Amino acid sequence: MSTQVSLEERFQARIDAEQKIEPKDWMPEAYRKTLIRQISQHAHSEVVGMLPEGNWITRAPSLRRKVALLAKVQDEAGHGLYLYSAAETLGISREELYNELLSGKAKYSSIFNYPTLTWADMGAVGWLVDGAAIMNQVALCKCSYGPYARAMVRVCKEESFHQRQGFEILLTLSKGTPEQRAMCQDAINRWWWPSMMMFGPNDSDSPHSAQSMRWKIKRYSNDTLRQKFVDMAAEQIRVLNMTLPDPDLRWNEERGHYDFGPIDWNEFNEVLKGNGPCNRERLAARRKAWEEGAWVREAAMAHAAKRQQQSVQSH
Amino acid sequence: MANHSEFPLWEVFIRSHGGLNHKHAGSLHAADAQMALEHARDVYTRRMEGVSIWVVPSAAITASDPADTDPFFEPAKDKIYRHPTFYDIPEGLKHM
Ligand SMILES: [Fe+2]
Ligand SMILES: [Fe+2]
Repeated sequence: MSTQVSLEERFQARIDAEQKIEPKDWMPEAYRKTLIRQISQHAHSEVVGMLPEGNWITRAPSLRRKVALLAKVQDEAGHGLYLYSAAETLGISREELYNELLSGKAKYSSIFNYPTLTWADMGAVGWLVDGAAIMNQVALCKCSYGPYARAMVRVCKEESFHQRQGFEILLTLSKGTPEQRAMCQDAINRWWWPSMMMFGPNDSDSPHSAQSMRWKIKRYSNDTLRQKFVDMAAEQIRVLNMTLPDPDLRWNEERGHYDFGPIDWNEFNEVLKGNGPCNRERLAARRKAWEEGAWVREAAMAHAAKRQQQSVQSH
Repeated sequence: MANHSEFPLWEVFIRSHGGLNHKHAGSLHAADAQMALEHARDVYTRRMEGVSIWVVPSAAITASDPADTDPFFEPAKDKIYRHPTFYDIPEGLKHM
């Protein structure tokens, strides 16, 4: 008991001293569990997040847009890989992680349960959804767990083009025909509030946040990051000559920030529970990909085994 | 549903430019070394981050034990005479 206490004290002292925790280091079970949950949810989000955009690759309006979107979706697959690898260093297998996603037990970001209805959604997703993700991920680059922090550094380097290509799509539409302008505004209207929800519940309703902050898994609170996002978007929307769908949005001189209206947490909770517009479709698509890929995985293993046998015989 | 045929894990090392060391970049699952190399190229060098890749089965790596860090690296600690600043030389001496 007393050795346990001193181990935990020493662990916290290392965190307080800004030392990184590495896979083989002693860590409290709760720290390990929290990280596995968070990193795997993050990984699942990258993988499921390929679906709403993959939906538009074959219908991109030009070759330039098509190669950019394809490259972005490839990046998201890579992000999934970096994150699964980081989670695996904590002692859980890729297969367990993936089964938790496919069985519906694990969560992923609710944002990906919304449909991408028009081409303008590719712009709004890049600008707002990747924009919100970047804000979260930049903060995670300083996370106390080494493999997670290092994965985030890679991810952030790759993300910067995601948001820019999205903004460029919206900017082009915003200078287009009345129909294109309307399509642009409509996409922004639909993606704004779900993007705001990506930062998670308000700090007052976020019970695990305090511990995560102490462990320096989290560096900034949900509301702090959300405010940063609003301040960014409220300025950038002017360049687009569009509006954000929030009548309460206005600059607050005293606070030095933009004020904004209340978030509909009922909607958030419903989507989280599985009742969003695309929850079923997303999981079905991942299951189908997994099942239809089974023969490829088996064939690759059989091929590898055969080649190894041949090389043993030839020596 | 534990799968006996899960691809083994590989560690990926990348030389970013000619003349530099290979450096650990991350890990991935692959059926064999060839697949590991191709996947490493596809995920870790999409933006020309490398001119050479090594892949090593993760199971083949032996690591020092973090719990033993202090005693393990102890022998180097008190050998300050291995550093140039340990030695007294006259102030005016040049090129040393
Ligand atoms: Fe990503
Ligand atoms: Fe992204």
